[in-house]
Amino acid sequence: MKEEPNIEYIDQLANGDESVKNRLIKVMKEELPIEIENYNANIEKLNWLEAAENVHKLRHKVGFLGLENAYQLSYEYEQNLREQSVLLKKEFEVVLKKIINFISKL
Amino acid sequence: MKCIIIDDEKFAREVLSVMILKSPDLILVDEFSNAIEAMKFLNNDNKVDVIFLDVHMPDFSGFDFIKTIKNPPQIVLVTSDKNFAIEAFNHDCISDYLVKPILQDRFERAIDRVKVKLEEVIKSENHNNLINKEIYVNIDKRLIKIDIMSINFIHANGDYIIIKTDAKNYTVHTTLKKIEEKLPASIFLKIHRSYIINLNKIIDIQDSTVLIGKDLLPISKNNRTVLMKSLNLL
Repeated sequence: MKEEPNIEYIDQLANGDESVKNRLIKVMKEELPIEIENYNANIEKLNWLEAAENVHKLRHKVGFLGLENAYQLSYEYEQNLREQSVLLKKEFEVVLKKIINFISKL
Repeated sequence: MKCIIIDDEKFAREVLSVMILKSPDLILVDEFSNAIEAMKFLNNDNKVDVIFLDVHMPDFSGFDFIKTIKNPPQIVLVTSDKNFAIEAFNHDCISDYLVKPILQDRFERAIDRVKVKLEEVIKSENHNNLINKEIYVNIDKRLIKIDIMSINFIHANGDYIIIKTDAKNYTVHTTLKKIEEKLPASIFLKIHRSYIINLNKIIDIQDSTVLIGKDLLPISKNNRTVLMKSLNLL
């Protein structure tokens, strides 16, 4: 089944407290584009290990947004980058586009 | 329990701080985006009971941090790598291991584990303190015995400390931190960067001061919460 990003985790954590929910979304919106920018820069410079570190961080965001399959894909891509392989790059970047599109609408 | 968060991801720190705020047993003292800053904080005489520590951080990992700090408090590791679990349990100070994204009920179980481990530490300390009822201090090349329970409070004064008992004051060339480590934590509490008091000797507490004997001692804002939690309040 195709999975879509969601804020169920944030909702559960906020437990009805709108200020907590808004704060978490705000931090996500601030941090995610910076992490993606760092990832793109490292990929461009062929800095595979640094890019793997970026994917490691981005993987957490993928998990927080409820994308379980994409979380596993990110884990595998991170390991590939550590071995200087870009296998799953395309698939991972589709996930990034999906989550950045999702959070921009929040 | 006083706690800090060390994690290079802001969102992860926010998630933990929300969970900590929900826990009545925890007081979030500070949060850090890297282990070096946290080490500076801890080396600056700030005591905490629990550290929520991210393992995977650039430059200085969570395990590097654990190996470097002296007398580590209880540590709850927070990471996305299940592979670290085996190494985690090689360290006595690690109470639990949380995998991101952390769920609230799993977080609460980790806190329960921390409480159990802290109780064990306190029991062990109390046992040691039953053996050590006295402390020997070096004054003018003489080792002088002081009954620990006779101490009212200890005041830091430059390179010296003044140990005040009902009968006498002793001026000793040492630090407040060193003597704090030798005193039973269940009875002696630091209420200010310059004062450790014997909780059994308190006469009264008003606003930001505590009366012991005829001495009115200041309570710092940071230590007031811990002091109030140490009292048997009606």
